[in-house]
Amino acid sequence: MLHQLSWMVGGQQGEGIDPTGSILSKALNRQGYFIYGYRHFSSRIKGGHSNYKVRISTKPRLSNADALDMLVAFDQETIDLNARELKPGGLILGDSKFKPSVDRNDVQLLHIPLTEIAEELGSRIMKNMVAIGATTAILGIDPSIFTDMIKKQFARKGDKIVQANLEAIRKGAESAKEQLNPKTDFTLAPADGKSRLLMMGNDAISLGAMAAGCRVMPAYPITPASDIMESLVKRLPEIGGVVLQTEDEIAAVITAIGASYAGARAMTATSGPGLSLMMEAIGLSGMTETPLVIVDTQRGGPSTGLPTKNEQSDLNTVLYGSHGEIPRIVLAPSTAEECFYDTVHAFNYAEQYQCPVILMTDLALSLALQTVEQLDYSQVKISRGKLLSDEEVAALTDENGYFPRYADSPDGISPRAMPGQKGGIHYVTGVEHNEIGRPLEGTANREKMMKKRMRKLENVQLPNSLITREKDDAEWLIVGFGSTRGPIEEAREQLAADGIPTSHLHIRVLAPFPTQSVKDVLSRYERVLVVENNATGQLAAQLRQYVGDISTIYSQTKFNGDPYYPSEITEHVKELMAHGNSQRLSYVR
Amino acid sequence: MATVKDFRTSVKPNWCPGCGDFSVLAALQRAAANLDLDPSQMAIVSGIGCSGRISGYLKAYGFHGVHGRALLAAQGIKMANRDLTVIAAGGDGDGFAIGTNHTIHAMRRNIDITYIVMDNQVYGLTKGQTSPRSTQGFKTKSTPDGSLEREISPLQLALASGVTFLAQGFSGSTKELTKLIEAGIQHKGFSMINVFSPCVTYNKINTYDWFKENIVSLEDDPDYDPSSREMAMQKVMSTNELCTSIIYQEQRPSYTELLPNANHKPIVKQELELGEERFQELVAEFA
Ligand SMILES: Cc1ncc(C[n+]2csc(CCOP(=O)(O)OP(=O)(O)O)c2C)c(N)n1
Ligand code: SF4
Repeated sequence: MLHQLSWMVGGQQGEGIDPTGSILSKALNRQGYFIYGYRHFSSRIKGGHSNYKVRISTKPRLSNADALDMLVAFDQETIDLNARELKPGGLILGDSKFKPSVDRNDVQLLHIPLTEIAEELGSRIMKNMVAIGATTAILGIDPSIFTDMIKKQFARKGDKIVQANLEAIRKGAESAKEQLNPKTDFTLAPADGKSRLLMMGNDAISLGAMAAGCRVMPAYPITPASDIMESLVKRLPEIGGVVLQTEDEIAAVITAIGASYAGARAMTATSGPGLSLMMEAIGLSGMTETPLVIVDTQRGGPSTGLPTKNEQSDLNTVLYGSHGEIPRIVLAPSTAEECFYDTVHAFNYAEQYQCPVILMTDLALSLALQTVEQLDYSQVKISRGKLLSDEEVAALTDENGYFPRYADSPDGISPRAMPGQKGGIHYVTGVEHNEIGRPLEGTANREKMMKKRMRKLENVQLPNSLITREKDDAEWLIVGFGSTRGPIEEAREQLAADGIPTSHLHIRVLAPFPTQSVKDVLSRYERVLVVENNATGQLAAQLRQYVGDISTIYSQTKFNGDPYYPSEITEHVKELMAHGNSQRLSYVR
Repeated sequence: MATVKDFRTSVKPNWCPGCGDFSVLAALQRAAANLDLDPSQMAIVSGIGCSGRISGYLKAYGFHGVHGRALLAAQGIKMANRDLTVIAAGGDGDGFAIGTNHTIHAMRRNIDITYIVMDNQVYGLTKGQTSPRSTQGFKTKSTPDGSLEREISPLQLALASGVTFLAQGFSGSTKELTKLIEAGIQHKGFSMINVFSPCVTYNKINTYDWFKENIVSLEDDPDYDPSSREMAMQKVMSTNELCTSIIYQEQRPSYTELLPNANHKPIVKQELELGEERFQELVAEFA
């Protein structure tokens, strides 16, 4: 009996690969299994190989497995390309015309007439249902778990379609049972039956934005950020909000700044190339102290780079991008659950600190489906910082009828009024200005205002900025941010099984950098390995900058477009242990 | 009743004496008073340039952003609070060079704001380089042998982009300009007012006198019908873009009127909390 299993469906893009993966994921999630679903796709819309991996486990998993147990092939290419990932004894399901993989005689090919059954029932499309039926039968799960879902999903298309799909599932299951060699056991251990949610990081961000009171969302489409806009456009208008597709990212971000200045909660979402275009506006938000929330779903760069592949190479850009110096907050959630809560925090921080907040994810986190514990709405607290009521505004208005929008204050944060408020008239400008917003270039004013702006985050350490899992006897500390969390967690399990205890530090707030807390953790370890999906070790460089050389900091990088496999980290740690310092500060693995 | 004084500040503009932008400011203040607007219900957003300073010289909420992007912040403000009177303003470089894209899209979006372009056919703030409005052959610091490019036609561009209110004014006729701005603000939808606003320092060709000699006011043509796009296009072309007055006006629902949220309160007046029940409905999709 298995406690976890890794499954993949592959075929030509546009052949129903995604629905196959997501239907299976959803049904199993409802049974209480933990799911991690990762889509591998290319920039072509139709055609070209694509595949969908589903990790099914009785405990939380946030990573692709090192090897596959089962591969469902919609075409021969899928076998040729992916059979190498199967474990010895692994299983391929595919049409009877498919040939086994040439170099893998240690895996079994089950001929399931996917296409034939589907065509008999009326349409080739249904081969995904046949495949799902076959899969569950092999896992020892009753295919009836799909009945409700199918009924709901195809209700609009009529009873005939519903019945045909159910029949496809049943026939797939039957065919698999007939042929399965009883020696191989792919039976899944029962799950806890608890109901949890299944969503992508992007879904969690949209939910977080809704819960946080976001009402204006201008954006320009880009992978992997687009579905944040697409899901908000379905929901925001009915509660009175607006989503608009702008002419470009510059338009998106400045429209958001305008809306936010006017008192709405506004956000935009983009990826690397769009983020580059937004840089001038991020400076504007910082200088005018206008709250702004930007989601950056990182993908492979530079330039148009690897638009459908995973990377974490925008870190330097979000931390240092835009000219001049501004206070900024950078949040880096590492699970869909954190995506939800951090989106809520992002809106609060943007208003509390009156500065840009960048919520940074990466493609693997944004687009992977994962099981999430029920989200707790009671934890959603909306805090608007120093946005004043009409009475409070009136009390601060000076004799000339002006509101001191940039009034100096010990915490660097000035009271805020919004257009439309009586007595709140003030001037906002990206030019250096005085307390009422009048352009002023003088050196004394410049210093005063610079200090005021920078002060707001100077001594702030935001809550939940670190996630730590420490083991007393660990020699190694593994550090990461974003989607490397799952692979690191699993690598630690593998290392522990080999007698190598390790600790884990995941950084969730990258700016203002939680220097002291990170220092405290790092001081307990002699060896630190920073694992990240980029070529130059950007997070490792951050650590070196902020905590200096209290530890030996090694860097592991990966930038081929795929997320880490846990074993890659495991092996790297073992290699470092064997070869010691020779690899210190090595940038390219 | 509001007066011009309500829209005045004590700040002395840093424009050169004689700059056309003074008249634009005066006309805007007069128009706001004539329409009995409330300064605290008005937001003026501007770009970067000499002209862009205007948002700091009017008593109203002023937003001075980055070069070429005034229309964007203005649209964001209008979406957040459609009760406000929103004015965007900037130079010809701002609107027809770096910001052309946004100018076109704001017009096709027909969002209810008034856009005033202070067209001096040169870059003022950066000290006299060519603008996309400079006439071909115009000599500037960046085109010492004369500009090789044809000038952009704001009026034709606007008509082609679906503008629903188009006017052109001249800083030498503040009275007419005031009326145009009033009409623009009253128009429900996007209104663009291009204003010949001479730069006395860097443009020695398109001067007040030159304009007085060359512009024709459509007010003088009793047969002119501003509801005809064809006629407008013809007039614009036959006068080589030198006509003033309301050139075109059409009634079409504005962007905020078409939004699915039009029957809700303005966004800034809405409750932010979603509520447990609505939240659970949203979450149910992921169960
Ligand atoms: C992104 C960017 N590029 C360039 C500039 C420099 N710049 C400031 S104003 C301006 C042009 C101003 O011309 P116009 O918009 O016609 O306004 P005017 O000064 O003539 O009123 C330029 C190029 C800038 N501020 N920002
Ligand atoms: S340089 Fe030209 S546009 Fe600028 S203030 Fe002087 S006259 Fe006006």
